[in-house]
Amino acid sequence: NKRGGRVKLQPMVMPQSEFDHAEKEGALYGKVMVHESVEFLLVQKPVSVAFGRFAVKIKGGDMALSRLTSRSNGISRPLSTAFGRFISTDTTPITIETSLPFTAHLCDPPSRSVESSTQELLDFFRTMALMRRMEIAADSLYKAKLIRGFCHLYDGQEAVAIGMEAVITKKDAIITAYRDHCIFLGRGGSLYEVFAELMGRQDGCSKGKGGSMHFYKKDSSFYGGHGIVGAQVPLGCGIAFAQKYVKEEAVTFAMYGDGAANQGQLFEALNISALWDLPSILVCENNHYGMGTAEWRAAKSPSYYKRGDYVPGLKVDGMDAFAVKQACKFAKEHALKNGPIILEMDTYRYHGHSMSDPGSTYRTRDEISGVRQERDPIERIKKLVLSHDLATEKELKDMEKEIRKEVDDAIAKAKDCSMPEPSELFTNVYVKGFGTKSFGADRKEVKAALP
Amino acid sequence: MAARIHGGAGAGAATALSTFNPKKLVAPSRTNLPAARSSKRCIVAGGGSDASKSLSVRHSQKLIASAAVATKAETSATTGTGHELLLFEALQEGLEEEMDRDPHVCVMGEDVGHYGGSYKVTKGLADKFGDLRVLDTPICENAFTGMGIGAAMTGLRPVIEGMNMGFLLLAFNQISNNCGMLHYTSGGQFTIPVVIRGPGGVGRQLGAEHSQRLESYFQSIPGIQMVACSTPYNAKGLMKAAIRSENPVILFEHVLLYNLKEKIPDEEYICNLEEAEMVRPGEHITILTYSRMRYHVMQAAKTLVNKGYDPEVIDIRSLKPFDLYTIGNSVKKTHRVLIVEECMRTGGIGASLTAAINENFHDYLDAPVMCLSSQDVPTPYAGTLEEWTVVQPAQIVTAVEQLCQ
Repeated sequence: NKRGGRVKLQPMVMPQSEFDHAEKEGALYGKVMVHESVEFLLVQKPVSVAFGRFAVKIKGGDMALSRLTSRSNGISRPLSTAFGRFISTDTTPITIETSLPFTAHLCDPPSRSVESSTQELLDFFRTMALMRRMEIAADSLYKAKLIRGFCHLYDGQEAVAIGMEAVITKKDAIITAYRDHCIFLGRGGSLYEVFAELMGRQDGCSKGKGGSMHFYKKDSSFYGGHGIVGAQVPLGCGIAFAQKYVKEEAVTFAMYGDGAANQGQLFEALNISALWDLPSILVCENNHYGMGTAEWRAAKSPSYYKRGDYVPGLKVDGMDAFAVKQACKFAKEHALKNGPIILEMDTYRYHGHSMSDPGSTYRTRDEISGVRQERDPIERIKKLVLSHDLATEKELKDMEKEIRKEVDDAIAKAKDCSMPEPSELFTNVYVKGFGTKSFGADRKEVKAALP
Repeated sequence: MAARIHGGAGAGAATALSTFNPKKLVAPSRTNLPAARSSKRCIVAGGGSDASKSLSVRHSQKLIASAAVATKAETSATTGTGHELLLFEALQEGLEEEMDRDPHVCVMGEDVGHYGGSYKVTKGLADKFGDLRVLDTPICENAFTGMGIGAAMTGLRPVIEGMNMGFLLLAFNQISNNCGMLHYTSGGQFTIPVVIRGPGGVGRQLGAEHSQRLESYFQSIPGIQMVACSTPYNAKGLMKAAIRSENPVILFEHVLLYNLKEKIPDEEYICNLEEAEMVRPGEHITILTYSRMRYHVMQAAKTLVNKGYDPEVIDIRSLKPFDLYTIGNSVKKTHRVLIVEECMRTGGIGASLTAAINENFHDYLDAPVMCLSSQDVPTPYAGTLEEWTVVQPAQIVTAVEQLCQ
């Protein structure tokens, strides 16, 4: 590549999707299916296969497959245009095919057809746009030095959070590492709490004492928010153990990244989960880079879904919210019956590892913009919405404007919030104080009894 | 030989008499010393004196309850107002009572279930409570400590056993970051009511890696409480209190103390987690100690009494936070402090305690605070060398004489 390294950055073209439409030619269908299956046999990582070489001549269409799936080019439209415009409460079911079939290890993969509805599609779009906007706003706040320390942004990976939320309840627990802003939002957190916590104000979700990496929401079973890589997975299996102990019929999603996948405690926890049949689902958000180290340089076996060995695994296109949704639904059913399962979400982050990482020293800008063009999760939903005629471009743009305003309002409100009281330094160290004293550096000036 | 009369809450159980030879650094016998009960607790009946026969000077391995222990006192109640048992049985009793009382309490550790616990603390519990409450884990301290903490976040109350405290170093990240700090970083949303317990300390020639004193490593983790038990009475009391506490508590036991026998009350009782125990009130010097060193100190105390000194011995029990109230009152009375501990010299509990006493009670001190601790070396295997790393009663006597000049 241009830096002289071995990384061969293939153009990640979105492979063809199968949409239910009457105008599909039988031959085309056959050709597509054959080609895809052949590609799968030949290539290890189907996601980064250059499908671009696969040429299908469609009337008016050109080579890049993203165009193929773009409904707004008028290639074909669903005949049932009986949906009205912008009915956000419409639950008429729509079936959507995921972009890729699932790759399974030791289990039968679920089907590619996902049941969805108008409301869900618009919901997905709205929430993902909100998450994206929130992360971009956090970026500017960090550069304005209102957010300090570490700030790990989730833009590009929103589909994972959204797809997961769509199929679980508030009793199912999620625990993740430090890239937790959007998952917190998905679990019911408010923008105001997010920004207040990021800026260290007292109305933040952890009273300003946690920071970017420590978002928690107990009432919706969101267990955070952990800074040490990999340490949250044993915690997650412990939560699954507790769920089994109290016979709750709930599952735990313990999320980690491709960097953390090499931690020993993961395998320890997986071993125990498999031994004790715990309802834990380990979700590897594989964004292909562990900070600056590319996947192939860190892991001998980058098929993280297979790493469980005796534990079944599923590889999912993490940029497709519906694939994530289907996989999580499948995983939840599996975990409640059979014990742990690993999901590998093939995803990508546009920002660097954190705000102190430019993100371009270990990957090319072409790669980043390539993924953004071809696999962006919000764009995909947008195209789906437009092609199914659920909203016009203008309505979506208005929605985005509204979201921008919402985010700006939340930031303004959070900026107005006050910093925590000095006495808050000593609260919440212990659950109940016992009159012990805590001292400042010189033990004379600052002295307080732990409340 | 004078039996110490312990004022306060009534006579304790049998006094053990043992030969004490200050010249030879023989491994001291495990004396069964009655502990003056901390003031809040119930009166212990006085009673049988056959306990001394059941004690023996132990030179062999402690891991097996040898037949030298004459009577297992669980079923025999000599006078009916208390029952005699060994320290590990006291721990087991405390654990069992708490598990009966609260269904959220579970135990996890290596070999705690079917094997019965490597020091038999959890013996019989797996049969009684089943596999879901007494969990045999594979050998992965990091993961199962993490799992215990994760379970505690949801409301369970796991008791995590490290087979030896030294193994918990593998779980240090979980204990420090997730156990100690989660309550704070979540703004109070999650409480972690875990109890992490295990035997530590220098045993009988167990080697360097199995003779570690982790109190010093854990003491600066914010958010946790540390207690060290030393008698069957306070072992059971502290175990129960630790399980009931909402904070994470690390309970330090000692490998050599598991076979101590004492009579404990039949009624339910708990010990205050933050309180120190007055073992022997005195006038001339305050000796602060905990865990096994308490017995070395009491042995030295006999010699000191013969020489005319009147030491006040306090078992600090609560290693974090220190019970500066009891300690302070004692310092104000005697004006001299000697700390005897098994931790290393550098950065041990004694070092922190010295600092705390110097800062808070400087005006009351007539002499500098002296701290006797183990040598800053890995514990050797050879028996003689091992004796020299640990503080012996003779050294305590010398130190007291020096301080009281």
